[in-house]
Amino acid sequence: MTASNGAYVYYPGCSLQASAHAYDISTKRVAERLNLTFNEIDDWNCCGATEFFSINALPAYSLVARNLALAAQTGGAPELVAPCSACYLNLRKTNDYMAKYKKLNQQVNQALAAGNLHYNAGSLRVRHLLDIVVQDVGYEKIGAEVTRSLQGMRVAPYYGCLIVRPDTGYNTEYPTHLDKLMTTLGATVIDFPMKTHCCGGHMTQISEAVAYELIRRILKNAADYGADAIVTLCPMCQLNLDVYQGQVNRTFGTDFNIPILYFTQLMGIAFGMTPQELGFGSEVVSADRALAQIGREEPEERERPKRKDKQALPMPALNGGGRSES
Amino acid sequence: MSEEKVGVYVCHCGHNIAGTVNVEEVSEWAGQLPNVAVAKDYKFMCSSLGQEMVEEDIKKEGLTRVVVAACSPHMHEPTFRGACQRAGMNPYLFEMANIREHASWVHQDDKPAATEKAKAIISGAVRRSLELAPLEPFRAPINKTTLVVGGGIAGINAALEIAGAGYKVLLVEREPSIGGHMAQFDKTFPTLDCAACILTPKMFDVGNSPNIELLTYSEVEQVDGYVGNFTVRIRKRARKIDTTLCTGCGDCWERCPAKVIDDVYESGLGYRTAVYRPFPQAVPKYPVIDTESCIYFKNGRCKACEKFCPTGAIKFDQEDEVVVVNVGNIVLATGYDVFDARRIPAYGYGRLANVFTSMEFERMTNASGPTDGKVVLRDGVTAPETVAIIHCVGSRDKNTNVYCSATCCMAALKFAHLVKEKTNAQVYNFYIDMRTAFKDYELFYTRLLEEGTHFIRGRAAEVTDAARLPGEEGKLIVQAEDTLIGKQRRVPVDMVILMVAMEPRADASEVAHRFGIGCSDAGFFTERHPKLDPVATMTEGIFIAGTCQGPKDIPASVSQGEATAARVLGLIGKGEVQIEPVRAQIDEDRCSGCRICNNLCPYNAIDFIAEKGVSRVNPAQCKGCGTCVAACPSQVITGQHYTYDSIMSQIEGLLYDVRSPNEKVRVVEMEPA
Repeated sequence: MTASNGAYVYYPGCSLQASAHAYDISTKRVAERLNLTFNEIDDWNCCGATEFFSINALPAYSLVARNLALAAQTGGAPELVAPCSACYLNLRKTNDYMAKYKKLNQQVNQALAAGNLHYNAGSLRVRHLLDIVVQDVGYEKIGAEVTRSLQGMRVAPYYGCLIVRPDTGYNTEYPTHLDKLMTTLGATVIDFPMKTHCCGGHMTQISEAVAYELIRRILKNAADYGADAIVTLCPMCQLNLDVYQGQVNRTFGTDFNIPILYFTQLMGIAFGMTPQELGFGSEVVSADRALAQIGREEPEERERPKRKDKQALPMPALNGGGRSES
Repeated sequence: MSEEKVGVYVCHCGHNIAGTVNVEEVSEWAGQLPNVAVAKDYKFMCSSLGQEMVEEDIKKEGLTRVVVAACSPHMHEPTFRGACQRAGMNPYLFEMANIREHASWVHQDDKPAATEKAKAIISGAVRRSLELAPLEPFRAPINKTTLVVGGGIAGINAALEIAGAGYKVLLVEREPSIGGHMAQFDKTFPTLDCAACILTPKMFDVGNSPNIELLTYSEVEQVDGYVGNFTVRIRKRARKIDTTLCTGCGDCWERCPAKVIDDVYESGLGYRTAVYRPFPQAVPKYPVIDTESCIYFKNGRCKACEKFCPTGAIKFDQEDEVVVVNVGNIVLATGYDVFDARRIPAYGYGRLANVFTSMEFERMTNASGPTDGKVVLRDGVTAPETVAIIHCVGSRDKNTNVYCSATCCMAALKFAHLVKEKTNAQVYNFYIDMRTAFKDYELFYTRLLEEGTHFIRGRAAEVTDAARLPGEEGKLIVQAEDTLIGKQRRVPVDMVILMVAMEPRADASEVAHRFGIGCSDAGFFTERHPKLDPVATMTEGIFIAGTCQGPKDIPASVSQGEATAARVLGLIGKGEVQIEPVRAQIDEDRCSGCRICNNLCPYNAIDFIAEKGVSRVNPAQCKGCGTCVAACPSQVITGQHYTYDSIMSQIEGLLYDVRSPNEKVRVVEMEPA
């Protein structure tokens, strides 16, 4: 546990009050079980989304900095947690840039002063929820809470593009901390090469053709590997893969049927909570079939290459290299 | 006022100094300094005419000190010391003022300032020279035996050359056989001649040379002493084989039931038994028992090897043996480690079956390797129809190693040729730049271009099995930006070969410390001078050869091995070494015996004399670095040639224009930390 003693400032962001409601309530349930105190910022506002920064930078940074200024006054500081990857990025970017660029810091604080606010750049540590879970709580403690192993369920760990860069301490191109978390819960984690590829972001609103192709790739890869569900940590990723799955099927003549779940929902299930209290049912592609896999006996081997004969060459061992992240 | 007569010589160094520093003005100014009897400037002081000028002035003018203001003492201090000595002056009364690296080269945009700085540097050198004392070099005899550490191609050549000249060599190798990485290769670029055919005769010569004592399966544990007189402790790990009885017949490994993956010689692509000889041409021919995987050492049963050994050579109770030897010189040729491709997960090594490393491929293509030289996928039978070769895996990458590994472009070309020859597959090289310097290498590149190998200029972004486009199903897809056509490309292939980097040995820094030498930022052993002294180290009597010094190919490793032999033979030929007298000296009467200096010394040159309760510097081991001098809380250690007085005088001289000449620089007594 960190110096914050399990207390964090919580910035839910707009998605968690709407499309990602399931993420919000499952986060709160899981946090409660893990003795994490999440104090929501009073009167928080928009995180600035992504395009605003390209249009008018100073108001965008000021908008985000207002949240930081308020967060610094909230119990749990200096640890600020955001479950949404986009919120995390914007909060962290503003925090870092204000600390790095004096002029920006000055201008933003000038803007904040109009509302009688001030933010000491760099005084907060902005962190994504997953980072809190795997670093501060740790796999061991999570494992100890598991009462219903997810054994039998094959999940594709999907990180999206925002939480692993830059300089997060996790491998940027092939992170494995969500993999390890899912393994801790008892799930079977598939090798998922598309784990950090683009979900399409806001492209669905700009160019459907581009977005659908990006979504198709991810769904196809998960389907090829026989995933029962894709587990995600970002409301944008969840929305794109879930809501547009039908459109993708119609466009490409495919029949993907893969539920897109938040990692907190699966943690809750493994902790013995009911699907209802974790917000299941609000997903477009139903999770029922995936949940039904839980507890199934060791799933039948899916075309695992049989050791043909003595001619086959040994595979390099994976332990040690590559997946050595904590 | 001192009676010394100083001669000051300001070098133009062509335009190097004179182009920036007003040398005439400086030499004229220096002539006014106290004690300066002669001040001249000259185009090239290091020329024989320049040196003769110094010699003549010493004799004619009766100079007692000489200051040459020119380049770095690294460059020409020995030159001018020699000139002084020839004229009958003690060479340690010479002082060099560096007005090139320290003034003209770094202040090219401000000539007046560079001129003023040159004056200050010379003023410091003149003042310092007055405090110098004559010194005599130490002399020590040289032990004629040489230790060579590492039995790869560099160490083998060093050993053979020295032994061939008639001197004893002790060759220590960590693995059960000599041969190194070269023994793993099949073909060598650019000639494609067989690696074993050119290597094994040399290995055989090592084994048969009466002057070479071969200690395989052994490691150096401790090194003491100094050039000419090293004492080395070597651990001979127990082979569990009595080599006086063993005939190398092979009955033991043929019967051994314990099969393990051979991560060393076969690079993980093949198996060996618990009792094994790494490869058929191994020197020496004796096997070793790997106690980690031997069934008998695990659970006390089996002993199949013992039962079948016709000469009774298996000795399960054999213990490690420690030998202590005296040698005069040491050659380190400890080689390299292969980059672990799992550190770049985007390339899928370890996850995707048909991604191979270059070392795995070397074994695969080797006629005596796990596939008998057949190029096949991980299933061991299917020949690939398309192969991608990815360059610079762990090289030229700020995430892993920034340096170029120098050999991989050529090895990649070799692989491309072998793949085509053996399977007729299409081969795609993903490269950043093709680096085919050195003799006949470019011709080989041209040959490959003509053979129809595809070259895509762009670092591969990832290797994936996530198919997206038609034709990608069931393939590995290499994604890269083709920077020549400015487009992203996805190339579906059956097999990927990662050209992994050469890295310093995992324990290189420990080994460097053990032998008292340095490592570069990347971790390779540091040579004394990157251009002009590439196989010597800052520690006299210790030389480096081959890839422990930096990535290089076979010809370069061989050259360095032979170069170290020449250096060693040169020292042996002299019969004795002259050791720089620039050393620390402890005033034993005033030493409190606190021993702070003992552990600080990077060269283990300070001994504690228990009966007297004082520390003493072994002058032959001391390098005169001054660490102990600075650390001594009682200030009883003197750095010869760098005394307090000489350093303080130099500072006073440097600050001539900002201090009144009567004000003394005060030595601040420091409290011990």
